[in-house]
Amino acid sequence: MSATLRVVPAQPANDTVATENELATRIVIVGHVDHGKSTLIGRLLHDTGNLPEGRMDAALASSERRGLKVEWSFLLDSLQAERDQGVTIDSTRLPFVLDGRPFVIVDAPGHRQFLRNMVTGAAGAAAAVLVVDVAEGAQEQTRRHAVLLRLIGVRHVVVLLNKADLLDFDADRVASATRAITALLEQLELSSAAVIPASARHGDNVAARSARTGWYRGPTLTEALSVVPPLASRAERPLRLPVQDVYRFDSKRIVVGRIESGRVAVGDTLVIGREGAVAKVATLEGWLGSGTEAEAGQSVALTLAPDVVVERGDLLHGSAYPPSRTARLRARLFWLRQEPLRPGESFRLRLSTAEYAVTVAAITSVVSMDDLTDQPADHVPPEGFADVVLAASESIPFDPFEPGSLGGRGVLVDGHGRIVGGAPLIGPAPLATGGRSVFPVDSAVSAWERAQAKRHRSGVFWMTGLPGSGKSTLARAAETLLFRRGIDVSVLDGDTLRARLSSDLGFSPEDRRENIRRAAVVARLLADSGQVVLVALISPRAEDRAMARQAVAEGFREVYVDADRAVCKARDPKGLYAAARAGRLSGFTGVDGPYEPPQAPDLVISTATATVGNSAERLAAFVTEAVALPGLSPRVGAD
Amino acid sequence: MMTDLDQLEAQSIFVLREAYHRLRPLGLLWSLGKDSNVLLWLARKAFLGRVPLAVYHVDTGKKFPEMYAFRDRYAAEWGLDLRIGACPPVEDIDPTLPPAARSAARKTAGLASVIERDRLAGVVAGIRRDEQATRAKERVFSPRGASHRWDVRNQPPEFWDQFATPVEAGAHVRVHPLLAWRELDVWRYIEREGIPVVDLYFARDGRRYRSLGDQDITAPVPSGARTIPEILAELRGTREAERAGRAMDNETEDAFERLRVAGYL
Repeated sequence: MSATLRVVPAQPANDTVATENELATRIVIVGHVDHGKSTLIGRLLHDTGNLPEGRMDAALASSERRGLKVEWSFLLDSLQAERDQGVTIDSTRLPFVLDGRPFVIVDAPGHRQFLRNMVTGAAGAAAAVLVVDVAEGAQEQTRRHAVLLRLIGVRHVVVLLNKADLLDFDADRVASATRAITALLEQLELSSAAVIPASARHGDNVAARSARTGWYRGPTLTEALSVVPPLASRAERPLRLPVQDVYRFDSKRIVVGRIESGRVAVGDTLVIGREGAVAKVATLEGWLGSGTEAEAGQSVALTLAPDVVVERGDLLHGSAYPPSRTARLRARLFWLRQEPLRPGESFRLRLSTAEYAVTVAAITSVVSMDDLTDQPADHVPPEGFADVVLAASESIPFDPFEPGSLGGRGVLVDGHGRIVGGAPLIGPAPLATGGRSVFPVDSAVSAWERAQAKRHRSGVFWMTGLPGSGKSTLARAAETLLFRRGIDVSVLDGDTLRARLSSDLGFSPEDRRENIRRAAVVARLLADSGQVVLVALISPRAEDRAMARQAVAEGFREVYVDADRAVCKARDPKGLYAAARAGRLSGFTGVDGPYEPPQAPDLVISTATATVGNSAERLAAFVTEAVALPGLSPRVGAD
Repeated sequence: MMTDLDQLEAQSIFVLREAYHRLRPLGLLWSLGKDSNVLLWLARKAFLGRVPLAVYHVDTGKKFPEMYAFRDRYAAEWGLDLRIGACPPVEDIDPTLPPAARSAARKTAGLASVIERDRLAGVVAGIRRDEQATRAKERVFSPRGASHRWDVRNQPPEFWDQFATPVEAGAHVRVHPLLAWRELDVWRYIEREGIPVVDLYFARDGRRYRSLGDQDITAPVPSGARTIPEILAELRGTREAERAGRAMDNETEDAFERLRVAGYL
């Protein structure tokens, strides 16, 4: 061995013979690039006697060839390109035994573009070790990996504050790094099982307790790993058996699949798939014999009586705990494609063995990688995280995603058969009608009766224009004027709608359209009750305004609030133009989002030069005339 | 309660059934070694005693006589649809490869011509992560373009038991149901299930083959293990790498990586 290995600590006694018949516990190592993941794994394997013969020598030879001291990471980075560039390209899996307990260590690459490799390694892990450079603290990939751990359901997180030797194991600096990382994890509803000050390069608090951290009372890394709970058995949960295939052998129809949760036994009654047919388990089949029952994790083959038609993708379950069903799903997406995702894109949603055609109906919010807050957005950036709504053309049976269960593990696949994202299914989307039928009943009070009672007709005045053109100001001023004239009037404006009714929507074209649809529906309800409604919404697209006109039907009038861009930008009452120009808002109407002026508005009010008072008077006069009933003048509200 | 072997078996059966559903025509590579015998055994479990896919032996012509005898016996006994693929002479292979790797690369070329001839959409192979460091980076479903190259820098995501199934013309998928198995698991499973293996694995005159390849580039290792329990005892006590006797793995630092990138198993 080379002289550079002086720092090897006394090797703690470790039983590296795995207890046979025990399932290996998978541990994923994550963290920002260069924070020392591969070094840590190399050190861990070496210090616990888990390295294959010759591996250390090969790594030393590789290190020397490149003029480096011992590079622990060369134990892991097996590809030529990885060693030459000093980065881990793809995750690798290493068996590892701690006091007879088998583990599999997965090394996840820290580079951003390798997120898909991290998902590949981390999904299904019982625990994660988050490696953080104690001096640098959490970096973008630290945050990204932490978000991903949450989304894929890894809840047991051990934080290793690495390179503490470079801070001379200063207790105060370690304490402040501990507070920072703990707060970050709490923001994600993750908690840390331990926060360990360590030096992977020198082995402090990895397999052996460091003499340099006398103030530290917590576990070493190996101590922390030894208490990671194994993944819980899913046998006690309700039965879920997704049909993988149906074979016809010897004139028997044999249903095969792996039990995701629960148990199945001969004689059990099963509910079958989308149709909800019911049949009993007639036999369990197997080449070298089979028992009469099976449990979660087993790949089984069975026949049913009666011999109902079953196909791949059908979900077999018991009658007691059926899955949920909806055609509009809320998903917490992790997006793995290198191009952004926009609403309207269509994919195959794979859910266990089932596949459904889905469209991304809306992007509700995107996780900001700066502060991990949910922000409205019109697209999901490459390797971003987002809440989205998936719309299917049929009702999809599913269980909501939760750690420790296999339910709701949706995956999006593109038209080329490529996996482009993970979509843990959270539940039905807010707009879902859940397949329930709705039965609108017409009012017995006619529009004419209402108009007679109010002494004016109802109507919807749809005010469109650029941000800052004065729509809301004008609507509120005209509202006061109209109310004083005895007209029952209300205002629906963009910001008010978005604060409440449409608080779940972003600013994508689809979400804007949905916002407009909702405004039109509410306006119609109010108009049906006899009111005059002033709607102040940018509604930039002619097509969307046409949809609103259709939804409102009678009494719709389009009012164009006209002010040129320069004036609007100069006013910028909400500071939005400035934000858009600075790149903090995208798709902002009037900057990088299009505005299509109405071709034939019922009224044009130019606010560039006129005062608010004059413009409001013009609008009020137009409305008054439009809703007037022949021979009747409105009753003044104050009488 | 499922043991680790039950779990490995169930997962491999799931992968085989998934490949059989998604990739047609599907072939299974039978190298006559212990791993591909386990693979055939698992296929019979997955398909209830049948092997409903073609079984390919890509023959370098340089295997041990015991291996050919084994092949012919069990192909008949198990009713396999066995197809033999020939390999081109070594003179046709990239001369910049080190000698043993160059010899091993004949198999890559033989495999490529079989895949093209039968227009296979999927090829099931018995490689394992713990055999060799670059194999540790493999996917269960490993898509290959028309050139058959392994694009290690651009592997697809693979999680929650969902596998990439590309649809480009000329592409195929290498399917690796044994990827998560370790050498010890393979032998424990062989013992548990009573799976036949070639006698060369058992010690004669103080040496045995731990890994079987071509006669000229595979060397036996010192061993006194003459039965499966003795092999298990030996493996539990060793930290020596399994493929130490395979010349092409160990010629130069990147020899095996180059072989794999070009389409070797």
